[in-house]
Amino acid sequence: MKAPAVQIEGLSKHFATGPAVVDLGFAAQRGEILGLVGPDGAGKTTTLRILAGVLPADSGAAWVAGHDVVHDPEAVKSHIGYMPQQYGLYEDLTVDENIRFYADLFEITSAVRKQRSGELLAACGMMPFRRRLAGQLSGGMKRKLGLICALIHSPEILLLDEPTTGVDPVSRRELWGILYSLVFQGVTVLISTAYFDEAERCHRLLLLHRGGALFCGTPTELKSKLPGGVLSMASAEPERLRAALADADGVLSAMAMGDALHIVVDNPQRRTPELRARLEGAGLTFGDIAPMGATVEDVFAYMVSTQPGDRGR
Amino acid sequence: MNWRRIMAIARKEFIQIRRDPHSFLIAVLLPLFQILLLGYGARLDADHIPVYVYDQEGSQDSQALLKHFQASRYFDVIKAVDNYPELVRAIDADRCKLGLVIPWDFSRRLADAHHSEVQALLDGTDDNSAQLALGYAQAVIGAYSNEVQLKWFAARGLSQQTVAPLSVDYRTWFNEELESKNFIIPGTVALVMALMGALLSSLTIAREWERGTMEQLIATPATAMEIMVGKLFPYLVIGLSDAALCTAFAVGWFNVPFRGNAGMLMFTTTLFLVVILGIGYMISVATKSQIGASQYALLVTLLPTSMLSGFAFPIDQMPAPIRAVTYLVYSRYYVSALKGIFLAGSGLEDLAPQIGAMIVYAVVIAVFATRAFRKSLQ
Repeated sequence: MKAPAVQIEGLSKHFATGPAVVDLGFAAQRGEILGLVGPDGAGKTTTLRILAGVLPADSGAAWVAGHDVVHDPEAVKSHIGYMPQQYGLYEDLTVDENIRFYADLFEITSAVRKQRSGELLAACGMMPFRRRLAGQLSGGMKRKLGLICALIHSPEILLLDEPTTGVDPVSRRELWGILYSLVFQGVTVLISTAYFDEAERCHRLLLLHRGGALFCGTPTELKSKLPGGVLSMASAEPERLRAALADADGVLSAMAMGDALHIVVDNPQRRTPELRARLEGAGLTFGDIAPMGATVEDVFAYMVSTQPGDRGR
Repeated sequence: MNWRRIMAIARKEFIQIRRDPHSFLIAVLLPLFQILLLGYGARLDADHIPVYVYDQEGSQDSQALLKHFQASRYFDVIKAVDNYPELVRAIDADRCKLGLVIPWDFSRRLADAHHSEVQALLDGTDDNSAQLALGYAQAVIGAYSNEVQLKWFAARGLSQQTVAPLSVDYRTWFNEELESKNFIIPGTVALVMALMGALLSSLTIAREWERGTMEQLIATPATAMEIMVGKLFPYLVIGLSDAALCTAFAVGWFNVPFRGNAGMLMFTTTLFLVVILGIGYMISVATKSQIGASQYALLVTLLPTSMLSGFAFPIDQMPAPIRAVTYLVYSRYYVSALKGIFLAGSGLEDLAPQIGAMIVYAVVIAVFATRAFRKSLQ
């Protein structure tokens, strides 16, 4: 078996404000999309920065494309494409000028650049905007141009920090379309997202919480970690229901989601009448209680609630 | 060092300068504005000094003296008054810089004692102009004095002797032949380089941080050295063009002589720019903010260049401790080289000490600058 595209062991990084990454370990195989999932402050950005060689780690080991990033961060740079959260576009340069700048820095010949930028621009629907200043593009187009700049040198590994934040649904679909076609060509993609619904699109997930890994595996494996099932309860005031039910028998975790409450219970059939009785006893109004398929977010909330010193949410 | 990456960064900087109105102004209009301003404004010589006269005597002799003043290009006798307070008021109200009082016994004393006095009232608020006016006035009176002396001798059929009919303290420290603009304008090239170079180079790294493009830049294989060279190269080209532009203006517009050769001018300017751009770049690396960086850069480049380089204020006239400090001011060597190249036609041998000092500075700054920037977010 080939060496993993990305491998991390015991990686730690502390800032003056506190620990950002704590004893983190995982591996990403060639040709997979690994999603780094977690709320803000979970350590996603710090992890990607260390892997991109732009931030030194305090301790631990990290290999990217066979290069030791901790000790020789420069060696890895020609092998990876990195798109920071604050993507590095020059707003006073046009789309083509931005692409050319990064292509030249990666020493791409002009013939290859023209062919590849043509393909990428076409895939993003950006052909008509080549001469437009980057600063005059919409948010979604800026992201796509950032991705094109990160891809212009055909990297083996792509590191994307929240590439879909603030992007419209159409552009988001186009972005994912490009990612799938890259993976098909053998590129490894590490993508961070704060959107749990997007996590379902990844081949495997790394759930991050307070700088450490809660779980690493496929979305299906993740959902199998959940004991029992999930009940959804419609309500105008899900937070009040949550408070009333949090310490009920069999409730493992409860999370308000918009106008509904998601409750992870050990046995959905048995607990449904009990919960209904408890809510009626408390004089609360609520809608249907129905079993539902677990989402990544449900499992994440459950896993976080089982962490020591972190009950509930 | 990869030439392709350096050129990519340089091209990008050029495009950004061209599209950024502020940078464009600093690179093109500021040097022109500065040379015109200093060429016209920063003159130390005075001419057409306004004069009021209180001629108490109104004799042939006193009128002859006034004619000398009127004939001088340094003075304009604009009004004769008939009382002392009016003269004083004119000086107070800045209507004149020099008030001349010719006493009622001017002719008599000149004839009897061969010695007479004239009172000069000067506006000392600008001591430099006052000194100049006094010097010129003494020169005019001196010339008149000689004339009187010659007439006196001629009337008696005597050969010239050493009796001075008027007491004259003749000063020559201001140079009537050489205009001060010839000394000042070559130095303004240094001022333009310091101002333009510091302002623009201090923005280079700070701009990447402020606009959020730094993270992706350091994720590329471009080395710190390539980033520095690529970023500063456009400013070297702009600086040399500005130097050529300023020189053309100095020679073509202000008629300053240019007796040296253009190669020496470009060579010394390149050395000076390496120092200025290196300093601006290091400040940009250290502050990470465009506003802060440009302020610091002006402080360490423009201030010493305008005050301590000998550009306008002669170094020999400074107090000893400050004179010692000027040896540390890199711009002093460039200003001295500029004056030599423009006015004396100095070549390599003449300017060896200045060029040697500038090479030392350029090397030291370059070494520090290459170590200043680390490709890291920390």
